[in-house]
Amino acid sequence: MARMKFLCDAERCIECNACVTACKNEHEIPWGINRRRVVTINDGNEGERSISVACMHCSDAPCMAVCPVDCFYQTEEGVVLHSKDLCIGCGYCFYACPFGAPQYPQVGNFGSRGKMDKCTFCAGGPEDNFSDAEFQKYGRNRLAEGKLPLCAEMCSTKALLAGDGDVVSAIYRERIVSRGFGSGAWGWGKAYPGGAS
Amino acid sequence: MSRNWISRLTGPLAVFAVLAVIAFASLAASSPAMAQSGLDPKLVQELQGGQTLQGGSVPGNVEGTSPISEQWRDVRRGLRGTVSIPDKKAGVLVQSEGENWRNMHNGPLSTYSIWVIAGMIVVLALFFLIRGRIRIEQGKSGTTITRFKDFERFGHWLLAVSFIILALSGLNLLYGRYWLLPAIGPEAFGTITLWGKFVHNYLSFAFMLGLAIILLMWAVHNIPNRYDLIWMSKAGGLFTKHSHPPARKFNAGQKVLFWLVILGGVSISLSGWSLLFPFEYPMFAKTFEILNMLGFNWILGFDLPTTLTPMQEMQFAQLWHAILAVFLIAVILGHIYIGSIGMEGAFDAMGSGEVDLNWAKEHHSIWVEEMTESDAEATKPAPAE
Repeated sequence: MARMKFLCDAERCIECNACVTACKNEHEIPWGINRRRVVTINDGNEGERSISVACMHCSDAPCMAVCPVDCFYQTEEGVVLHSKDLCIGCGYCFYACPFGAPQYPQVGNFGSRGKMDKCTFCAGGPEDNFSDAEFQKYGRNRLAEGKLPLCAEMCSTKALLAGDGDVVSAIYRERIVSRGFGSGAWGWGKAYPGGAS
Repeated sequence: MSRNWISRLTGPLAVFAVLAVIAFASLAASSPAMAQSGLDPKLVQELQGGQTLQGGSVPGNVEGTSPISEQWRDVRRGLRGTVSIPDKKAGVLVQSEGENWRNMHNGPLSTYSIWVIAGMIVVLALFFLIRGRIRIEQGKSGTTITRFKDFERFGHWLLAVSFIILALSGLNLLYGRYWLLPAIGPEAFGTITLWGKFVHNYLSFAFMLGLAIILLMWAVHNIPNRYDLIWMSKAGGLFTKHSHPPARKFNAGQKVLFWLVILGGVSISLSGWSLLFPFEYPMFAKTFEILNMLGFNWILGFDLPTTLTPMQEMQFAQLWHAILAVFLIAVILGHIYIGSIGMEGAFDAMGSGEVDLNWAKEHHSIWVEEMTESDAEATKPAPAE
């Protein structure tokens, strides 16, 4: 079984934010929620680089470990998903996540968080595949359609790669070798320590 | 570190070269537009051309190391980049502190909290077995005296009931996943915990109100006085029979409890406020600065961090809120014990507000004198029903 991973090539990302827009559109994500975002370091200066980042679907996922209601699960393909029926919006996964992936709609009074929302690797959630409920809560289930995440599929510079981790890293290695430089598979050390799947 | 990817590269390179040759043969015909499969023929040619790639050197020899590699190290240390979305906090690519928080939350916090609470229960059980119930030595007099007025009892029970529900819903967040969830299933547990969150959020205001009421009503009665030293020296007579050191409205033990509840309650309210309004009321950097100024850094042997990211503020708030909660739960367990099964006649003080005169004379002798003196001028003590 393939182990799904994201890889963003900082040497290629041009900060066009198309991945962000594609994600929002594909899953009909409400205002204020960003399952994916593009971060630019050294903006406007020498050495400017951009990274598109979302949930990295970590091996030993911190969100899963700290969730008080145990609403997360990891699929056979390594995709970290959660149940919005169980989620209470406590914010713990956000405190634990190294990548700032969990998002919360603000509902009700104070800063009270609604059900957590995050990147699903376009793999839906615990509801039946292609059901309305699944789409409403988690967005499109492209993996079940045999497609890969839209953000990476439509990345114009192919900076963002998504798919079988072995294939993705082979492509990236190839790039590094051919162009002679690269900044490493960003975030992989954190998300998959020891190269574990 | 640049070394990181170079070393990652050299290992697979040998394998890669072999694979590349094989792949070139098999995939040469496949479309180059298929970005996710196949290998670049040019690369294979390059490799076949005999270019040596070893010893950490990077093919192409361009921009292989710094200065960009320096930046990635800073990114891993939490450097905040820029984002075009409104939430500028999202500019942080990696917050490694999350791992510390997880380790604290799932580690010492979960492990020791239950030992503190269980330990308190064991201590109280042992105390009960050894000392037994503290009786009214003179027996009930049949006459009562008003110990707490309606409004005092209202303040106390507002604080008490909200505290118990806050404590239970809070403990559920820490341990429910391991204890309650397996028993009642994820759906029921999810529903209960969600309502627990709402109740926890709203009842916090009742708790704060109760705290304010008891502070205003009782602070003046909890100022230490000379009787407290005597009371302390005799440990309040808790461990010795026939020992009843004098006390006014509150004895030294109650005063310690009162100030622990006030200080702990204020601190837990403030940290809770931070959690209730995420990222809006950061308090820890400022608090740490004050603590450093007061010399806590000297006691600890290191400076408390005075520059914290918004995320770290939240993480500290959660941990402190939980630590303080466990501490207060342990303290209040002791309070509940002595106010109920631990001492005959004690519950009446907060139950009906009317305590037996003999109980009052044994535990709050000076207060009784003061009350009866003023009562003699105003009204007579109410007879028992």
